[in-house]
Amino acid sequence: MTNTNKTVLASLMGQTTLVRGISSILIFLMVWQIGALCDDWFGVDILAIGLVPPPTDVFVAFLEVIPKIGYWQSWVASFSRVLTGFIVAMIIGIPFGLLLAVNRYFRGIFFPPFEILRPIPPLAWVPASLIFWPTNEMSIAFVTFLGAFFTIVINVLGGARAINISYLRAAQSMGASQFDLFWKIILPGTLPSIFTGAAVGMGITWEVVLAAEMISGGGTQGGGGLGFFIWSSYMGGSLEQIVVGMISIGIAGYLSSSAIRKIGYLLMPWKRLF
Amino acid sequence: MSKNMKISERLGALSIKNVTKVYDPEGVNVKAVDNCSMEIEGGEVCMIVGPSGCGKTTLLNSIAGFHSITEGSIHLDNELLCGPEKPIAAQGADRMVVFQHGALFPWKTLQENVAYGPTVQKTLGAKEAMSKAGDMLAEAGLGNFLTRYPGEVSSGMARRAEIVRALINDPKVLLLDEPYRAMDALTKQIMHESLLETYDRTGVTIFFITHDLEEAIFLGDKVHIVTTRPCQLKKTVEVKIPRPRSYETQSSEDFRKLLAEVNEAVHEEAVKAFQAGERELA
Repeated sequence: MTNTNKTVLASLMGQTTLVRGISSILIFLMVWQIGALCDDWFGVDILAIGLVPPPTDVFVAFLEVIPKIGYWQSWVASFSRVLTGFIVAMIIGIPFGLLLAVNRYFRGIFFPPFEILRPIPPLAWVPASLIFWPTNEMSIAFVTFLGAFFTIVINVLGGARAINISYLRAAQSMGASQFDLFWKIILPGTLPSIFTGAAVGMGITWEVVLAAEMISGGGTQGGGGLGFFIWSSYMGGSLEQIVVGMISIGIAGYLSSSAIRKIGYLLMPWKRLF
Repeated sequence: MSKNMKISERLGALSIKNVTKVYDPEGVNVKAVDNCSMEIEGGEVCMIVGPSGCGKTTLLNSIAGFHSITEGSIHLDNELLCGPEKPIAAQGADRMVVFQHGALFPWKTLQENVAYGPTVQKTLGAKEAMSKAGDMLAEAGLGNFLTRYPGEVSSGMARRAEIVRALINDPKVLLLDEPYRAMDALTKQIMHESLLETYDRTGVTIFFITHDLEEAIFLGDKVHIVTTRPCQLKKTVEVKIPRPRSYETQSSEDFRKLLAEVNEAVHEEAVKAFQAGERELA
């Protein structure tokens, strides 16, 4: 078969990942554009999609917000909330999960209350934390922390408990102390689970931050954020700007998980995870 | 230790006397080993053959100190490992285990894995341990794979590295639990030759669990056939084929005769185990 006879799909398959990635995004935008303008072009209105602004309009709206400092402040605000909540959750969650895994008394005392609190969705904590914490900012940070914390702990616990017992036996036979066992076997053995927990936790953190920003109306004390950006676009009736906010979150989430992947890649040369 | 010494003069003699092990999870008594006795001389290659799930691994775990025993005693070079007063043996580098499914640490390179023992025991500095590990791996034909992770090498190489990791600790006894189980026949052949070469060089006592009868005879000085659960010694077959052995040994008349003898004893137990519906214990 010659090149010219290949279908679009078949010729795409042979390309590099980058070319394929860019092409798929372009195709997606094309379908979106056609779908959104169906009414204008063909006189056929596609339900729901007909209301979505076409990518060209969104692009124009994007160009409008990019020079505005407020838009970038929203990025900074959301990112710093996500990072604060996430990092605190990692700092408390990893040792807590490891302790639950290695010490049966600790597990006996702390696991039951943990398991009762875990199923409560982070957003259900919003009203209580708004009342409990003195500032909006602190309640958002707290709820964000919860979103990542439970996921990280449960992953660390599961990962540490699932370590092949042969590794522990082998290490002990070779004369490893409890200290060696913890730092050289249990910790590296749990690392893949820690990163799984971090990746999932990061996703949840973004969800929670956005929702919390919308609910608490970040504007008054909370200082905006991307969630508030979307909410105020909605209040202002700018459909394009809502989509700009949504895409911004998509990019922000992608950047965060890429960062986690990168760190995981560097820390675990034996395991090219994701 | 030199290979010129007679077996009985070497270290690593294991004496297993009347060992019984009862598992008692939630009151359900399961007798895994019942009054089992074996004498293993220092520097002997002792092969344990028996049906799946019969309690061979339990016996190995008791020697290694992973499990307690219920009755009886185990001595290593006349020193008590475990007995009535001391149901569980201390884990120690004098008895190194090579596990059924392999237990190289996936997060360490082959060289780091091998260097682990001397490093944590502090018998060698980190640098010396690494260089000794490198030398020993090279000796085992793994010189080009020092910086590879276990996940990057074949199962045969990983197993070989694991044996090196055990040997660097200078153990008296090497405990192998079906180490070549999942390997194809050709790889197995290569692994056997390399193990025999290692044995001829070090003269370490080998306690080797297997299902593979040809493997048992090819490698062993003695083949202990054990019964289905609870595990008891049924018959011991001495393998008087001279060392060093090569794969041609396996087509000799003597080898075939021994194989038939072992097969007969094992088959009976295998049938019993099958009829009892024993599940394979991991």
